[in-house]
Amino acid sequence: MKLKVNTEIALTHLLTRKKQTMVASLGVTVGIGIFIFMISLVVGFNRYSDESLFKAVPHIRIYKDDILSRPLMPFIDSVYETVIVNPKIANLTKSLINPDKILADFKKQDYVLTVAPQVSASLFYNNGTSQINGIASGVNIMEANDMFNIQSTMLAGDVSNLLTLPNGIIIGVGIADHLNIQLNDNINITSAIGVIKVMKVVGIFKTSNSAIDKTKSYTTLVVAQQLLHQSTSYVTDILVNIKDPNKAPEYAKRFENLTNYKIEDWQAANEQTMASNKTRKVMFGAISIAILLVAAFGIYNIINMTIKEKLNDIAILKATGFKGKDVINIFIKETLIMGFIGTSFGLVLAAILIKIVSGIYIGGDREYFPIGFETPIFIMGSIIGMLVTLGAGYIPALNAAKVDPIEIFRK
Amino acid sequence: MEKKIILKANRIVKYFLEPIKFKALDDVSFEVAQGEFVTLIGKSGCGKSTLLYILSTMDTDYEGELFIDGIKITGQKQDNLAAIRNENIGFVFQFHYMLPEFSCLKNVMIPALKLGKYSYDEIEYQAYQKLELLGIKDQALKQASKLSGGQQQRVAIARALINEPKIIMCDEPSGNLDSKNTSIVLDTFHQLSKEFGQTIIAVTHDNDFAKSSNRIIEMADGKILVHDLKIN
Ligand SMILES: Nc1ncnc2c1ncn2[C@@H]1O[C@H](COP(=O)(O)OP(=O)(O)OP(=O)(O)O)[C@@H](O)[C@H]1O
Ligand SMILES: [Mg+2]
Repeated sequence: MKLKVNTEIALTHLLTRKKQTMVASLGVTVGIGIFIFMISLVVGFNRYSDESLFKAVPHIRIYKDDILSRPLMPFIDSVYETVIVNPKIANLTKSLINPDKILADFKKQDYVLTVAPQVSASLFYNNGTSQINGIASGVNIMEANDMFNIQSTMLAGDVSNLLTLPNGIIIGVGIADHLNIQLNDNINITSAIGVIKVMKVVGIFKTSNSAIDKTKSYTTLVVAQQLLHQSTSYVTDILVNIKDPNKAPEYAKRFENLTNYKIEDWQAANEQTMASNKTRKVMFGAISIAILLVAAFGIYNIINMTIKEKLNDIAILKATGFKGKDVINIFIKETLIMGFIGTSFGLVLAAILIKIVSGIYIGGDREYFPIGFETPIFIMGSIIGMLVTLGAGYIPALNAAKVDPIEIFRK
Repeated sequence: MEKKIILKANRIVKYFLEPIKFKALDDVSFEVAQGEFVTLIGKSGCGKSTLLYILSTMDTDYEGELFIDGIKITGQKQDNLAAIRNENIGFVFQFHYMLPEFSCLKNVMIPALKLGKYSYDEIEYQAYQKLELLGIKDQALKQASKLSGGQQQRVAIARALINEPKIIMCDEPSGNLDSKNTSIVLDTFHQLSKEFGQTIIAVTHDNDFAKSSNRIIEMADGKILVHDLKIN
């Protein structure tokens, strides 16, 4: 072995105290293993919750917000009170004007994945005497399927049936159960303004959100327009999916300046989900950092102990011409080697834990626990592992560098 | 021909503050010429080790001045002092200190590896030579902690020689040695000073050892009593 002398000393220290080396490394292994596992858990779960959200919610939605009427007598100055105030919703129509242009504009942007027009119509589903109110989404079903992956939620039937059957409807499983309707049965619908239609059920879907399953249905755009007594240019919403959903608020803000319409990103539309995602991140983050700190303390302790036992060695090294920074170098090397061993096994441990947990059956539409191997998390974990051990070793190493050899020799 | 002064101590005063203020060295001045083999004697507690620690550049907390090879040591930075020690000073401690987990050979090699002047193989060869010089080549590969006190003492001397320092300082180099090994050490020191011009400053309690050196400095109560004591 022809290593650099500092490295050789560090290695000899580690190899002659295998047990302590193992214990310290094991601390890092557990710390990093659990850390990566926990973060993967949160990331996997948040992704899953986003994914199921995106089965019902577009990244960005453009619609006409209700406008309140202004006071009849405008506000003049503070001396006069405005006496006639009767704010009312003053929209004449919910329609977006010239939706084709908006659609075309969006399609041109390279960060946009899909753009789909939608006509929402509130209605009642009837079967005999039972009745449920809900909302029909008039869509181009293939575009909507691109966006929400409706097909993956279908219990019966196929989304493409809507293309061939003009009076087809795809309903949520909650509606089907409640009205006791099966695939290919007929269903009566009545719109809010009294238009009645008989539709044929060509599909039944089940999302992870039972409120949606109990209210929502998909029809063609034309059917929804007819339900509202409107022409074929009538569109209530434009739904946009973008390549990076996390950038939705940024783009939403950009568009807001271009149109008068309300542009809502999915985060704003789902503050509840966002809040629980964040809570989860903070919670698991705190736990994993606590575990890391314990591991770091373990390393700190062992290096500290090593230094106490090696005071003689340090004194001899310094007497024979090793500088303070050589001593730091030796002990930092020892720490880094332990950190490296510990982190490597930590990665293995995390992989094993993830493998085990990803095999746990949880039912629902995802079936298995939503966790996977995330390379960036493993990379981050290794870097953090090395940094934490470095920090934990650095403090005692600094103290070792300050050891005064004559104090040791005089004893 | 006037001999070159390799080490010069000028009015060195050393206090210990704990447990009470105590003057361990009191105005110590002397010079040592290159190639001299000097021994330092005196009663236990008179300040020999304290002085040697200052001369070795390890103790920087004193008054007065110290010059080694014409360079002022007093006031230099720790890192510079470490480099000076590594290259110019070989030190043998009163209690033979070894790196216990390393072989004797490695113990001897480490200061040279640190200096980095020669290749690993050359250093190894030189280390074997030094061990042979002190008659313990056969123990080279044994772990240092497994050796007897006398053997460790000789390994420590070999280590002090490895970088061929200008000055070799020893605190009781013969303390643990029988007469045979004491004479090996003495012969080695004489050879080093005569043939290689290395300077040796050794603290000793052994009058015979002192007698065979070039010059004896006698200390008492932190002062130098005699600069060139003659014992018969
Ligand atoms: N760290 C210290 N703190 C206080 N006093 C000290 C310290 N080290 C040494 N002394 C005192 O300084 C004096 C000189 O000690 P030193 O070790 O130099 O003696 P010495 O001549 O080497 O003795 P010996 O022959 O027994 O080794 C002694 O009186 C000792 O008690
Ligand atoms: Mg002494």
